[in-house]
Amino acid sequence: MNANEINQQTLLQNEADPLTHTPVHLLSLEGVGKHYGNIIALSDVTMAVDNGRVTCVLGDNGAGKSTLIKIIAGLHQHDAGTLNVMGEERKFTSPRDALDVGIATVYQDLAVVPLMPIWRNFFLGSELTSGFGPFKRMDVEKMKEITLKELAQMGIDLRDVEQPIGQLSGGERQCVAIARAVYFGAKVLILDEPTAALGVKQSGVVLRYILQARDRGLGVIFITHNPHHAYPVGDRFLLLKRGKSIGYYDKKDITLDELTAQMAGGAELAELAHELEQLGGHGDVVKEVKGEVADVSQTTGKTYQ
Amino acid sequence: MTITQTQTTTKSAAADERVAKRSPFQKLLGRPEIGALVGAIVLFVFFALVSPTFTQPNAFATVLYGSSTIGIMAVGVSLLMIGGEFDLSTGVAVISSALTASMFSWYFSTNVWVGVGLALLVSLGIGYINGWILMKTKLPSFIVTLATFLMLTGLNLGLTRLIGGGVASPSISNMDGFGSARAVFASSVNIAGVDVKITVFIWIALVAVATWVLMRTRVGNWIFAVGGDANAARAVGVPVKATKIGLFMGVGFCGWILGMHNLFAFDTVQSGEGVGNEFLYIIAAVIGGCLLTGGYGSAIGGAIGAFIFGMANKGIVYAQWNPDWFKFFLGLMLLLATIVNLIVKRRAELK
Repeated sequence: MNANEINQQTLLQNEADPLTHTPVHLLSLEGVGKHYGNIIALSDVTMAVDNGRVTCVLGDNGAGKSTLIKIIAGLHQHDAGTLNVMGEERKFTSPRDALDVGIATVYQDLAVVPLMPIWRNFFLGSELTSGFGPFKRMDVEKMKEITLKELAQMGIDLRDVEQPIGQLSGGERQCVAIARAVYFGAKVLILDEPTAALGVKQSGVVLRYILQARDRGLGVIFITHNPHHAYPVGDRFLLLKRGKSIGYYDKKDITLDELTAQMAGGAELAELAHELEQLGGHGDVVKEVKGEVADVSQTTGKTYQ
Repeated sequence: MTITQTQTTTKSAAADERVAKRSPFQKLLGRPEIGALVGAIVLFVFFALVSPTFTQPNAFATVLYGSSTIGIMAVGVSLLMIGGEFDLSTGVAVISSALTASMFSWYFSTNVWVGVGLALLVSLGIGYINGWILMKTKLPSFIVTLATFLMLTGLNLGLTRLIGGGVASPSISNMDGFGSARAVFASSVNIAGVDVKITVFIWIALVAVATWVLMRTRVGNWIFAVGGDANAARAVGVPVKATKIGLFMGVGFCGWILGMHNLFAFDTVQSGEGVGNEFLYIIAAVIGGCLLTGGYGSAIGGAIGAFIFGMANKGIVYAQWNPDWFKFFLGLMLLLATIVNLIVKRRAELK
């Protein structure tokens, strides 16, 4: 945990680390790109993650968010640009590689096995054992105890860690997955649309866990398509559209309205208004969309025809 | 702040309430093998009532023996099914193993233990190849093992005729090591005047080991995980390929034990045997509560399934019914057991 000693403020201003004379981020991407055959899924993405900071990746469906996290999580390899961990260039060949340097991913489907008890899921792949040779066995009691304790710290009070994880609510499962990553010494936590399938209240709970993970000194990558979820917790925002970065901002440089407007895509709305007009008929809808376009132009300071 | 606090308290109170509702009885109902256990008890009582001989020690030892010959394989097959895969080649693989041991020792006139050792390698090899092809091609295990099943059936017949010149393997009862091998694989143990076949003890030992592996070791955790959700397992660093290949090799190991039993109990092996037995093992596992889709089940369940099978098989004889009906009962039992399992599982999960 060398990274803890690095002053975050210096890093944020992108200044040289006094020891290495290079700007050291916990994790940084420089011009990363990826193509599948002749389809360019991602191109020229630059972003950074630091301890105790939340980097939000925003974008609509098909913007390349999934490709981006798959590269960071080691499921896919990038074929352009560089990926640096603590200033050292890396290319992960498997999820295990990424896990070994402390990059843990909480996937949309959470990577939990629904029929298995909570404690088995919690320790899956990294079970605690005792004994030697052929008598090596899992330390079940200790694992249950730790599961209970870690979840309690995250604010989930479970009495029975034996119940199948499939019985928990979406938010609770999300929490188990986050707690698991935190417990196993993750330095970078990637959250893939953790609030996508959740209600308002549950989303709030998950956002609180994100802040808790941040306060524990983790670097968090929060992927979402909802600027209202991203803005309150994020420190940096990367906006993706059609596999390209359309903006990378520090929180001080952008407001929620601007973020929303960028996300909403004023150009698309203007196009929609035109199309509806051509079709004729939908007068009230056209008016509404045009109003929306005007709002977006106002906040971004651009005009859309 | 107050609001948050109230929320937390209500939430935790609700969670505790939910936990308190699950009584030990409901917990028992949530076990995978409960449906099979109830079925086994019902069947036992039924045959005990219709046939007085059924409960006599000697007859019961025979029932246990019948159960063990299915049960030994059911252990491996249950674990494989919990791991989310399926093996149709098990029935003939048992015969392949027996034929390997017999033909090799006979042809090269070696000590039979050499053949036994080679048979172990062949059995594990068949399992490895099944698993390896499956993981490489990502085809359904149904297809891969169906292909292995057909190929092994052909190899059994073809090679036996080519080497031995007949449809059965030659007798090896006069060869070195036959006696000791027979003592290990096909002897009887006298308990209070009742001869109990050694396979019964091997069966029980295998079930115990498999249960321990499943419930208390890392590998057991991985088996549940690769069957429940292989992608999730891979994402958290479980060696999915190795686990699945290992499971197929485990089935191979069980097949080797049963093959050796067949060989040393009957001296010769019919090369065309074994076809259709693979379903018996799968049926035992399914009756025992292993889900066809994987991720759920137990080794004990498979054992109970095999026991049900043994009871029905021999019970019909002791009840002096026409054994023609056996298959019908087997099918009916399979249907009832799976329905009971389904209902039990749903109810347990809801509560």
